[in-house]
Amino acid sequence: MTDSKYFTTNKKGEIFELKAELNNEKKEKRKEAVKKVIAAMTVGKDVSSLFPDVVNCMQTDNLELKKLVYLYLMNYAKNQPDMAIMAVNSFVKDCEDPNPLIRALAVRTMGCIRVDKITEYLCEPLRKCLKDEDPYVRKTAAVCVAKLHDINAQMVEDQGFLDSLRDLIADSNPMVVANAVAALSEISESHPNSNLLDLNPQNINKLLTALNECTEWGQIFILDCLSNYNPKDEREAQSICERVTPRLSHANSAVVLSAVKVLMKFLELLPKDSDYYNTLLKKLSPPLVTLLSGEPEVQYVALRNINLIVQKRPEILKQEIKVFFVKYNDPIYVKLEKLDIMIRLASQANIAQVLAELKEYATEVDVDFVRKAVRAIGRCAIKVEQSAERCVSTLLDLIQTKVNYVVQEAIVVIRDIFRKYPNKYESIIATLCENLDSLDEPDARAAMIWIVGEYAERIDNADELLESFLEGFHDESTQVQLTLLTAIVKLFLKKPSETQELVQQVLSLATQDSDNPDLRDRGYIYWRLLSTDPVTAKEVVLSEKPLISEETDLIEPTLLDELICHIGSLASVYHKPPNAFVEGSHGIHRKHLPVQHSSIDTGESPVSSGPAANIEQTHVIPSQGDLLGDLLNLDLGPRSTCPRCPPCRWGLWTLTVLIACNSVLLLQVWLPAVKAKGLEISGTFTRRQGQMYMDMTFTNKALQHMTDFAVQFNKNSFGVIPTSPLPVHTPLMPNQNIELSLPLNTIGPVMKMDPLNNLQVHTAHETKSKAVILTFFPIYFSERQVFLATWKDIPNENELQYQIKECHLNADTVSGKLQNSNIYTIAKRNVEGQDMLYQSLKLTNGIWILAELRIQPGNPNYTLSLKCRAPEVSQYIYQTYDSILKT
Amino acid sequence: MIHSLFLINASGDIFLEKHWKSVVSRSVCDYFFEAQERASEPENVPPVIPTPHHYLISVLRHRIYFVAVIQSEVPPLFVIEFLHRVVDTFQDYFGVCTEAAIKDNVVVVYELLEEMLDNGFPLATESNILKELIKPPTILRTMVNTITGSTNVGEQLPTGQLSVVPWRRTGVKYTNNEAYFDVVEEIDAIIDKSGSTITAEIQGVIDACVKLTGMPDLTLSFMNPRLLDDVSFHPCVRFKRWEAERILSFIPPDGNFRLLSYHVSSQNLVAIPVYVKHNITFREGSSQGRFDLTLGPKQTMGKAVESVLVSSQLPRGVLNVNLNPSQGTYTFDPVTKLLSWDVGKINPQKLPSLKGSMSLQAGASKPDENPTFNIQFKIQQMAISGLKVNRLDMYGEKYKPFKGIKYMTKAGKFQVRT
Repeated sequence: MTDSKYFTTNKKGEIFELKAELNNEKKEKRKEAVKKVIAAMTVGKDVSSLFPDVVNCMQTDNLELKKLVYLYLMNYAKNQPDMAIMAVNSFVKDCEDPNPLIRALAVRTMGCIRVDKITEYLCEPLRKCLKDEDPYVRKTAAVCVAKLHDINAQMVEDQGFLDSLRDLIADSNPMVVANAVAALSEISESHPNSNLLDLNPQNINKLLTALNECTEWGQIFILDCLSNYNPKDEREAQSICERVTPRLSHANSAVVLSAVKVLMKFLELLPKDSDYYNTLLKKLSPPLVTLLSGEPEVQYVALRNINLIVQKRPEILKQEIKVFFVKYNDPIYVKLEKLDIMIRLASQANIAQVLAELKEYATEVDVDFVRKAVRAIGRCAIKVEQSAERCVSTLLDLIQTKVNYVVQEAIVVIRDIFRKYPNKYESIIATLCENLDSLDEPDARAAMIWIVGEYAERIDNADELLESFLEGFHDESTQVQLTLLTAIVKLFLKKPSETQELVQQVLSLATQDSDNPDLRDRGYIYWRLLSTDPVTAKEVVLSEKPLISEETDLIEPTLLDELICHIGSLASVYHKPPNAFVEGSHGIHRKHLPVQHSSIDTGESPVSSGPAANIEQTHVIPSQGDLLGDLLNLDLGPRSTCPRCPPCRWGLWTLTVLIACNSVLLLQVWLPAVKAKGLEISGTFTRRQGQMYMDMTFTNKALQHMTDFAVQFNKNSFGVIPTSPLPVHTPLMPNQNIELSLPLNTIGPVMKMDPLNNLQVHTAHETKSKAVILTFFPIYFSERQVFLATWKDIPNENELQYQIKECHLNADTVSGKLQNSNIYTIAKRNVEGQDMLYQSLKLTNGIWILAELRIQPGNPNYTLSLKCRAPEVSQYIYQTYDSILKT
Repeated sequence: MIHSLFLINASGDIFLEKHWKSVVSRSVCDYFFEAQERASEPENVPPVIPTPHHYLISVLRHRIYFVAVIQSEVPPLFVIEFLHRVVDTFQDYFGVCTEAAIKDNVVVVYELLEEMLDNGFPLATESNILKELIKPPTILRTMVNTITGSTNVGEQLPTGQLSVVPWRRTGVKYTNNEAYFDVVEEIDAIIDKSGSTITAEIQGVIDACVKLTGMPDLTLSFMNPRLLDDVSFHPCVRFKRWEAERILSFIPPDGNFRLLSYHVSSQNLVAIPVYVKHNITFREGSSQGRFDLTLGPKQTMGKAVESVLVSSQLPRGVLNVNLNPSQGTYTFDPVTKLLSWDVGKINPQKLPSLKGSMSLQAGASKPDENPTFNIQFKIQQMAISGLKVNRLDMYGEKYKPFKGIKYMTKAGKFQVRT
């Protein structure tokens, strides 16, 4: 009696048998056969070869059979476009059927047949259906426009269907309105710039009316659409909010969350001191709490969104921390999210409860969860100062459990607590040291090493402890190596007499045996510091560290505001703007929270009433483990060469950038923002009117403004130095960039670098985060000169030959290209069909280079012969040629 | 919008797929299987999984994963709510929502899915509309269909689909007109080891079974409506009237439906109807542990606490238990370490207890984690929040209906830590 009989197949002749049955005389047999075909289709079997036979069954007055055939058609029409045309006639006929159900079904199915050829035949019936007297047909037709647009967007526009769709927004039936909105929203997703949904007050009014009467799904579409509207003043915003608020009590959680989005967005427009504003805030809390009593999946999505909401408006849920307490049979993904929100809501008032909970969680079974709970205790200590002492004692209790991963996690957070409250809890160091042997994760080892180094003077056997780590130096991760290096240097500066050998050992390990540039550079810096000026070294290495800030991993305010506009969407689940991950939405306008128009001139700028106001007070420190962690641990102090830079830290980056002489190369990013706390520097070298310039663009990608920029060049092979200080006088605001040109000359001290083209530049800027950057890059300069007969004067052993490969230019273009880069061709001759170009160039430090470029027609490989008294530069000249010719 | 749906059973086979737009290859589910492998428990599979070109949003119900595939920015809750609706519909149609039931009714399932979603847009999800379009399979109807050659697909446009009351069909007729309301409250609570309440909240629902002729217009009023400050209504409830007068006024759907759900938050004082005394100890170095658990009622206003079931996941180090229940029976699964004690009714004069010893792995250190007890119970004739219905009135029809109201309190996620 059941449908499972359709699955029982017999032997190999299945398709053949079905074919026979489909062509059976009896209607009943045919229906059974189609059912079998559908059953086969559902389990993924290929039954496309039966297409003509199934289509033959379409002409029937039996609705069920018709539907089944339609089902089949939708699935397979794509593979058999020619056959599918056979079905068109039936569709057109069905669109005229007196029964609206059949009309709607036909228009629905036609749209699902994703075959280009068919779409042309579809236009007329669709146009009729869009104006059908029956709303059921109209609403189906609205969706069909979206389907058609997906297949052939151009045609939909040409046929004017978009206008018909817009007209449907004014339809008398709310369901039709909802579907029209849904279809338009979907279409506009692929049409980022077209203003398809023209949201004006009249349309908004229609949508709000339809909102009350349409189905829950329609309400979601309408609410999402409303959230894109920007009310012109607070009165309009308030009246929309009033009509949206009842949706917060809907049983469908998606409706609730979409309503929350609209309200969160429009709240921005309401005056903060009005009664309505405060009532609305109160009304937002219960529905959010209710979402958490839903199924775990609903909870998860709700929690990800609540995470955003509590960051934007913590007052909404500050009383509700208990609903975020974890139940032990919550799925792990719910547990982790709840924990995150608990910390965001933790305050002096509830910290006792929160801590008791966290301690409970730390004894659970799931490792990920336990770790996060331990980390959460540390975050509480940093966030709520009054609780620090209790947090520390809780952590100590946990360390006593000796559960390996708990201990490791606890040590990592204790390091942060030490940073936050220096000289307060060092008495526990002894307890920590007992657990040294059990640490096997890099994070925990690095944390422990940092603690030992920082408090070396209080730990009697600090040298032994650090020495024990040194034994397996090369097997450690970079993070541990760097920390260990710094820790031993600290130890040496504190107890120089006993640890000389140790510091020697670590410096040689870092500089000679390691092939990690960061480690090596840090090693060299320490070495030079220690060998030249131990007093400065002490000042630098043991300088006061800035306090770490209270809030960890907050979302950047601008991103947060954007995400608030996307509450309920995938973006809100991933905490990323949609264009970062949704395919085909690159052009989507980024959404912004509306800014309140201050109608009264209070002297307050509109920005300060908007969300940007608190940017300056927000400190964001990046989470552990990224590159910045290294920077913070570097512990190098102020340097006299950077007088305008108060106590700050120095980082070190190696960048190998090939810069051609004076050529107009594209700006290159010398220093990406992630490595420099938000300061991005890109730049190039140019020459204008015989003067060299370093052209740079500084972009502030951090949250705070940056001031006091300074630049300094180290001694280099060419004596390049800046002739003036950095012309930056105004603070660089977040997201602002500044372009500047730094004139250079070559009268500075010369020191031969290895490689020759290394130029070490320090740029410094004073921000609250105090990041400083060093870069290295190669540089060349040349000048026009007549070709001299000195070619022969230079000994032949100084001549070097290079091949420039895969270059398809003729001699004239080559010479033009080089000339643009200030390499002038002195002579050109043709020897046995080969073009010979002779060029000369002079570097700023007076080194002459003579070049002969041989170009054979038809051969993409050129031969470059270089002669120079200092043959070591030839390699770089060759690279320069290569890059000029290939750009 | 929703692109495709895959149904996957517990052993990881895709047993049904349905595409509303172009066909998405099954291989997209590989990402789901990966996530499934990583998850320690079936319910720990994350509900939203990104893949290079699609997003997979899944719910697990009745040991079946319902995996929806989406391609563009779609509200995940929209998808999740829709999947819930699919599950509910299957259950409604086939009585159970199992792999076997779905396979047995695969054509109906396909017809239903086709009717519920068009090009990814929800079309008809209200059960009474669907039932008019596609008749639920019954043995009788299947036989009639086979004999007469008629179908189980409705030929007419469902009447409710476009009316202002889409949830109710017209022309309903009953000989016995009756309206029953069940007020069911679930307590979610966490009790700490000292017996004090960490958090307690009540999730309440009013489920209705209304079988009334014609177009009745009902009003329901409460003795203490102030309790209900956080409510979600069925679309039939007139929100304005509730805002103004705290009265529920509605034209009910026909048959069973959930009139409203409400939430009494942890900020109100929530009565806890049972208490647990426990003493569970492991000693360092000993291979024995003591287990002692006693239950008792409190604040039940004289109503009996029934169907009590205590379950707990004991620490991994526990090999076996040897316990003695004063009433009911207990089971312990040495593999999963799941202890479950079916207590039955609590007699306030003679409190039920479960005492005895646990044997631990010899030589192992004492377990770090303490077991948490999950307690289930039922109390009839009482809504623990104190919510009481005042009266139910009917307008718009002339007959006198039979009215009934029932209260019940249950444990939801009721956990006692030790």
